[in-house]
Amino acid sequence: MVVPTMQSNRRWSLVSSRPDLDLPLTGCMGKASSMALGLALAQPKTRVIVIDGDGSLLMNLGTFVTIGEQAPANLIHVSFDNGVYATTGGQPVPGSHRVDFAAYAKSSGYRSSHQFEHLEDFISSIEDLFSAEGPVFINLKIQEDLDDLSADERMAMPSLVKNYPAMKDLFAS
Amino acid sequence: MSDNAAGLDPRSILKEFKKNKISHLVWLPDSETNFMYQVMTSDKDLTVVPVCREAETIAIAAGLQLGGKRTVVLVQNTGIFESGDSIRGIALDLNLPLLLLIGYRGWVRHGITKDSAAFYTEHFLHSWGIDYYLIESDSDAHLISHALSSAEANSKPVAVLLGREYS
Repeated sequence: MVVPTMQSNRRWSLVSSRPDLDLPLTGCMGKASSMALGLALAQPKTRVIVIDGDGSLLMNLGTFVTIGEQAPANLIHVSFDNGVYATTGGQPVPGSHRVDFAAYAKSSGYRSSHQFEHLEDFISSIEDLFSAEGPVFINLKIQEDLDDLSADERMAMPSLVKNYPAMKDLFAS
Repeated sequence: MSDNAAGLDPRSILKEFKKNKISHLVWLPDSETNFMYQVMTSDKDLTVVPVCREAETIAIAAGLQLGGKRTVVLVQNTGIFESGDSIRGIALDLNLPLLLLIGYRGWVRHGITKDSAAFYTEHFLHSWGIDYYLIESDSDAHLISHALSSAEANSKPVAVLLGREYS
């Protein structure tokens, strides 16, 4: 199951092969990783991937420690780190260029933590990363690439509110 | 069950949890509810998930509930204020049948509270359309079951305020 958030909601929806297993979370001040943690704890046999961002991480920085404390083996935490609030027009995220998210994750108790600045390096490691015991943190340094969406297009983006009714019985006992 | 200073034994609350098959408690401890800590963390059927900041509780609980686990959130009223956007965007927008146990900081049975945390608590819940109940003693503990039933029947979060005389 995949929990994308903010700009990743739309980008992930373009490539997802199982949209029925996606939980796109909009807003809520960076809580995608928290929701993913709850799901990972509830369903330890299900691989849960959260697609986060640097702006969202800084809104909910304690999530690293909370996840590290619980240490779910089935959680992969990916961050697209572009240094800007892409959803709101590309304003700089305070301090993002100097914060070491991977070090933060490692010191919080993640089993492994990684940062990639070149796509080729990430691609060559991806199989190992996604099959490793979690929690795994992967920070991907990327260039900003802003979507110029209208208000209507933003409202039409994938959202958990739309997906949830069909998903809430997925694990019901 | 013996009463503690607040007239509310944590075992009364735990009994309600067991009756309702609650398996997870997502909690940031506070002054009003710390009397429950030992009982809750030592129970073998209950998993306590500690957090660093209160708003995490709503999202973690939503994930646990999506994953099929019966979950309760426990934070202080100040933490509920801090959790506003998660309550809106997750608990209310998803119609989560989630029980919010809230330590009622500043609550007084008689007189006028001097704590703005207490003054705004019920206004806050009213503004979100969240029904709530007040528990002061063991004889009120059954309201937890009632609140859980109400949350599930109406598919929405419901709050239970844990009142202690402020001193």
